[in-house]
Amino acid sequence: MTSALLWTPLAFGLLGLVLPRRLAGWWATLGAVATLGLAIALLAGFDSGGGLQDTVDVNWIPGLGVDYSLGVDGLNVFLILLTAVLWTGAAAFAALREQERPHLFFLMMLLGETATLGSFLAQDLLLFVLFFDLMLVPFYFLFGAWGTDREDGVTASAATLKMIVYTLIGSLLMLVAAIATAVLSADGGHVSFSIADLASQPLGEGSQRWIFWFFAIAFLVKMPAFLLHGWMPDAYRAAPLPALAVFSGVLAKVGAYGFLRIVLPLFPDATVEFQEAMLIIALASILYGSVMAFTQTNVRLIAGYSSVAQLGFITAGIFALRPDGADGAILQMVNHGLVVAPIFIIVAILAERTGSEDLREMGGLAMRAPVLAALFLIVALATLAMPGSANFVGELYILNGLLQAKIVFAFVAISGVAMSAYYALRLYQRTMHNRLPDGIASREIGLRDGLVLAPLVLCILGLALYPQLILHRADPAVQESVGAVEGPPTPGTLAKK
Amino acid sequence: MNFHAPHIDYAGLSPVIALTVGVCVVLLSAVFRPLRRTAPALTILTLAATAGLLIWQWNDPQDLVAGALRLDDLAIAISLIAVLMAASTVLLSLREPAAEQAGSGEYHALLLGSVLGMVLLAQAQNLVAFFVGIETLSIPLYILCASNLRRERSLESGLKYLIVGSLGSATLLYGMAFLYGGSGSTDFAGIAEGIVKGPASDPLVLIGIALTGVGLAFKTSIAPFHQWTPDVYEGAPTPITSFMAVATKAAAFAVFVRFFDVALSVQASDWQPALAVLAAASIAIGNVGALGQRSLKRLLGYSGVAQAGYILGGLVVASEAGVSALVFYLAAYAFMNLAAFAVVVARERETPYGDDIEAVRGLGGERPLLAWPLTISMLGLAGLPATAGFIGKLYLIEALVEGDYTWLAVFIAVGTMISLAYYLPVVAAMWMGPETAGDRRRGEQVTAPAGPAIAGASPEADPIDPDAGRRPYLLVPALLATAAVVFFGVIPQPLVEFAEHAGASLL
Repeated sequence: MTSALLWTPLAFGLLGLVLPRRLAGWWATLGAVATLGLAIALLAGFDSGGGLQDTVDVNWIPGLGVDYSLGVDGLNVFLILLTAVLWTGAAAFAALREQERPHLFFLMMLLGETATLGSFLAQDLLLFVLFFDLMLVPFYFLFGAWGTDREDGVTASAATLKMIVYTLIGSLLMLVAAIATAVLSADGGHVSFSIADLASQPLGEGSQRWIFWFFAIAFLVKMPAFLLHGWMPDAYRAAPLPALAVFSGVLAKVGAYGFLRIVLPLFPDATVEFQEAMLIIALASILYGSVMAFTQTNVRLIAGYSSVAQLGFITAGIFALRPDGADGAILQMVNHGLVVAPIFIIVAILAERTGSEDLREMGGLAMRAPVLAALFLIVALATLAMPGSANFVGELYILNGLLQAKIVFAFVAISGVAMSAYYALRLYQRTMHNRLPDGIASREIGLRDGLVLAPLVLCILGLALYPQLILHRADPAVQESVGAVEGPPTPGTLAKK
Repeated sequence: MNFHAPHIDYAGLSPVIALTVGVCVVLLSAVFRPLRRTAPALTILTLAATAGLLIWQWNDPQDLVAGALRLDDLAIAISLIAVLMAASTVLLSLREPAAEQAGSGEYHALLLGSVLGMVLLAQAQNLVAFFVGIETLSIPLYILCASNLRRERSLESGLKYLIVGSLGSATLLYGMAFLYGGSGSTDFAGIAEGIVKGPASDPLVLIGIALTGVGLAFKTSIAPFHQWTPDVYEGAPTPITSFMAVATKAAAFAVFVRFFDVALSVQASDWQPALAVLAAASIAIGNVGALGQRSLKRLLGYSGVAQAGYILGGLVVASEAGVSALVFYLAAYAFMNLAAFAVVVARERETPYGDDIEAVRGLGGERPLLAWPLTISMLGLAGLPATAGFIGKLYLIEALVEGDYTWLAVFIAVGTMISLAYYLPVVAAMWMGPETAGDRRRGEQVTAPAGPAIAGASPEADPIDPDAGRRPYLLVPALLATAAVVFFGVIPQPLVEFAEHAGASLL
């Protein structure tokens, strides 16, 4: 089951190569839908108290101690579903539009989905690193070959190269760190990369320190966090929007997920030692991302910097090192994925109407497009964590966890909530309200685009009504992950209500 | 008086005998006019026979020629890599002007002679066989580098290689003399015994180790003894470059491992840190040198220096896992390089740009079948997952961490990051279009009737064959090598077992 889920996208992508060009996009969408079906079936059969389930465990490279080991638990089940949902939306949106070299485009999209699912599913440390690195390859091609060159001379391939170098700096160090973890943990015995085995015998404190940072850098670059975000502005401006929607919606979460899956259970001592350093990075990301988001005029960058801030929130939730903070972080990962992907799709729709992605050249688009405006409004309100949205619940959990762990940090983080209201509303108003610039017609969203966008917005609304769907299922796994750090799980957290 | 004829193990010697016979037959084929065209076929036949005999001897370690040679799995594994590379070089050399100009028979006979040297070298376990092997390997290569007689660069390349190579050989020989002086034996095992019996930290032995190490570093193009590599690689006929890049390195590393891990193992704590520093220097210099190279052959030359640094890491730890990792990486490297060079050869014949990066611009759209091998090869050399290169790095890093050389493992990771900055632009050139003005301007310069300014081409540029890349003798090796890179990236276990066998034969 898990294996089928993992390889379905790639299988569809490869089969799609032999189909005629005009079918490539719809075939890929079909592949994404099939994956979504499997992901939903996985969730339906998910037992929230059952720990790791649907496991696959096969010796892959026995000589090196690497296993092909997959599994689902509360940490990843919703991220898998998020991946499947967003890829379906992005593939359908891309299929509606003419793509150059469609075969390769959709092959890369689906390879990206397999790699992302792989990094969520992997229960073997090396397999995780492998999929984590593999995610870069399709996005290198997607951003570089289908991206847009900027007028000021920054080519898509240069922007993409920068992104790859940045992210691989992290992930290659992570490869060394992963191998070191396994070898040091085996201590001369048989090397095993199984995450469960490694968690049961933590390393000495000295090794944990440097290994912690090697992993942390890889994950922080991916998010991206403040100071390690240098690749983000160029890459976001170059990327083709359907690919960017999934990139920003899902790939950034792999970093946050990595903290919960690997760093907390495997390096508990170092996690406690560097808790404050990580919180400072998280808060800096919140402040920097928010401030940048409300000074930018490029719509992509507003969404990009807001992601920096949101991921800062998620990191802060994780490093509160309390179950409620981490529960909130998981909920917020899904929430953020669900709002940022529609924003990029809306950006694409707006750019088709105005010919620009600059706020100053937009405005008044709500005039004759009430449906588009309504959809956008829901997304914008969810972004600013309006009470009643699932984002509100997520931020509440995160702040609650943070307040109880480190009260000073919580006060700073709260200011981030206020700022998110400003940039989300600014984005909405400047595009949808105000005066319509000359030469631009307000047009309603097309039926087919609407059919892509509406289900995503419905997911946001659904989660807003019932966030316990995630919290309830994530909690046992979160307790276990965070419990590795703080000792026995503490009863009576919010999720138990 | 009884006369005892020495026992000769013909089965063990059979690969060497097959190659020797092959050299003679191929050389003679050039004499008889009707047989002239058969040299490539005869060469392939010889190589196939050699490979068959080698595989026959697999898993049956034995000493040969009074202990001068040892045919174990390490020797066989390395010999198979050399034979594979030689066979693909024959295919890549079909219709190559160098082979025509130098005479097909001579060209192929020299190639086989070099393979003979490699097979000997991989088995050598005494200083004499070691030196004979390394010279048998090198001398034909000096000539082959210069075999493109009408191109100045090819002649220059041959001469440069001759001079630097002789210097390397001389250093090596000098070091051997010191070691013999210090230990009183030419036999690898005897040297180890002699060192144990002799005084601790005998200066004669230490100087010997240093000089032999330098000599071997020349042959394996380890920095700072690599300066010849980019020039020679660029000037030599491309099929020969592909052969040198992998086969020479493999054979030299085989003897490097056997010599250091057997003869000098007692002194391991002395040479390990020194070799680790050399490996680190090689990684740094190779990767930085490759940045900004426009000639693909120079780029692969510098990348080879860096890769040699990674491979040396497997020797540094002096463990079984290290040797296995080294063999695995060499095998992976052979496939990755073969895929890349086959495409470079094809584009050299198809376009007027020689081996300039312009030659592959836009290849992804026009000729995906040629673009994919080069793409996969670049991604593999850069160590991205789903290629054998990733598993090779994993194997090396695991061996290094186990051997307490974690800092070198981190260095490999850092070097790999730098390497992306030159591997990926090649991929970008193929798939991401010549959109910028800067690129187009540079493109125009090169479009002007092939002038001497172009890397790799010369006024007497070879005639253009627009269909070269569709010819099966180029396409099939490229695609097979690509398939191997991906296959061993996804299902590495067979190659891991092969490497483990080879690694287990020493320590």
